[in-house]
Amino acid sequence: MTLFPRKHTGSLAWHLGALAVLAVVLYPVVWVIGGSFKPGDEIVGSLELLPTDPVMANYTRLSEGIADIPISTFFLNSTVLALGSVGGVVVSCSLAAYAFARIRFAGRNLMFGVMIGTLLLPYHVVMIPQYVLFQKLELINTMVPLLLGKYLAVDAFFVFLMVQFMRNLPKELDEAARLDGCGHLRIYWSIVLPLCRPALITSAIFTFIHAWNDFMGPLLYLNEPEKYTVSLGLKMFVDQGAVADYGGMIAMSLVALLPVLAFFLAFQRYLIDGMATSGLKG
Amino acid sequence: MEGTAATDAGHQRGPRLSKDARPGGRPPGSAQARSSAHARRRGRRENLSGYLFMSPWIAGFLLLTAGPMAASFYFAFTDYNLFDTPQWVGLKNFSDMFADARWQKSVEVTSKYVVIGTPLKLIAALGVAMLLAQSRRGQAFYRAAFYAPSLIGASVSVAIVWRALFTDDAVVDRTQQLFGMNVGGWVGDPDWTLYALVALTVWQFGAPMVIFLAGLKQVPRELYEAAEVDGAGPWRRFWSITLPMISPVLFFNVLLETIHSFQIFGSAYILGGQGNPCGPADATLVYTCYLYQQGFENSRMGFASAMAWMLVVAVGLVTAVLFWSQKRWVHYEETAR
Repeated sequence: MTLFPRKHTGSLAWHLGALAVLAVVLYPVVWVIGGSFKPGDEIVGSLELLPTDPVMANYTRLSEGIADIPISTFFLNSTVLALGSVGGVVVSCSLAAYAFARIRFAGRNLMFGVMIGTLLLPYHVVMIPQYVLFQKLELINTMVPLLLGKYLAVDAFFVFLMVQFMRNLPKELDEAARLDGCGHLRIYWSIVLPLCRPALITSAIFTFIHAWNDFMGPLLYLNEPEKYTVSLGLKMFVDQGAVADYGGMIAMSLVALLPVLAFFLAFQRYLIDGMATSGLKG
Repeated sequence: MEGTAATDAGHQRGPRLSKDARPGGRPPGSAQARSSAHARRRGRRENLSGYLFMSPWIAGFLLLTAGPMAASFYFAFTDYNLFDTPQWVGLKNFSDMFADARWQKSVEVTSKYVVIGTPLKLIAALGVAMLLAQSRRGQAFYRAAFYAPSLIGASVSVAIVWRALFTDDAVVDRTQQLFGMNVGGWVGDPDWTLYALVALTVWQFGAPMVIFLAGLKQVPRELYEAAEVDGAGPWRRFWSITLPMISPVLFFNVLLETIHSFQIFGSAYILGGQGNPCGPADATLVYTCYLYQQGFENSRMGFASAMAWMLVVAVGLVTAVLFWSQKRWVHYEETAR
């Protein structure tokens, strides 16, 4: 449809072209999966995608944990962080989005402008005072600094995503409900939220993946290895030992990505459609 | 993607707000019928509900954004080590910063990273989007497969894998050798490590690609057919139809990816490997890496706050220039979607 409107560009040529690019892009992924089953000292130097003689040593090595801490600890911490974040974002962002989309209150346009402004603001400018605040409150080494913002709708992107979605819902539904005497809370809970499911799912999954992958937040706030998330566990893995143990690191890296990949496979439509529309509307 | 929306900000604001600015919400008939006292009470109730629904956001904005911004602005003019009271030093942090060789290095590394990485990523994104837009069959599959790296690319896992690919005698090095190039591994060589980081960024072209693809789908087919009848070749069609028609989406992607690039941290921190955070030899000392080191490793919170404000100024300038320039090259359609 774009450069060459003719239909007969050749479907086969097209597939070959797309597959060639795909092969380059996905090569690292396939290589690392294959590599995780190669003996540790052969991984780096080998161009081959599949191991000639698959071994499980890299994975069994993981059962030793990292610096005497079982891997499961990191996974548990990351799970708590990620699920806690999801709950906060879904509730707090949808409340704010409902107000922006459906309630006429004084100062709404101003607040909307401010919220959009925070989207462009680098996190680093609030990072140090936030740290000072949480340090004074003795909340370092807890999940609170990492979670609080999620419960206070700080992730403007998701508020924005939900506002866009809510504005496209037919107003007649809540007008009818109002005539029947429903208040905003009732309309939000019984009408708007159920209809917003796609936007909520998109936000929930992005939140989960971001929280799971987050490195800087945990690096700032968690400093006891027992509290580490998977990202920090991996960093500790990199830092320990005299020689880089690529076998173990790669196996652990892959295991760390499994939840993200599982969510992606299950919900890719929500993720990609959510992304695509974010750039289009308006 | 957290940034994704970032950019939207600009062109969203106008039309959306004005659309909702008219007094909606109430059934038109009943509104006139009610007495003004009634309406006022109702307005007050609306205000109250509004603020109740907004209360988490308002608390978050004051506690985690506005308050900290004011505080870091103050810290920027102080000497502050987190434990003692901040000491006012005026512009010293800024003069120290401009004279600091490592700060200059971090500006240089970040500029290179942004100026090289962002265009390459967007070119890859647009190129593949245009390829995928040619056919609908299988498009969903390719779209998802190309998008996947964007979801995992910023993780520590992928930074580790990247290092395994780009280190000496590893995949990239061996492939180079096949072509008779003896550059060695990119990671580990101070002159080349940054390009491994750039490659990692370009690898994540799927996110802007998805947005380009959605934009390309909205270009009316007739335009191409008409242009072809008029004898316009593919190159001409690209410059005269595709590019102007997707310019709002291009603007969005440029703004978003640029602002994002300025703030890269994790991959740059990890890529150098053990004992080489942001290295080797500061090869990937991006701005935020140095900010982190100064603030949290050297406890120079004042200096780091000054750095953070310089970043805000830089991001603000780039945003302003982009918005200013959009009059010249971004074409918005008047028709509402």
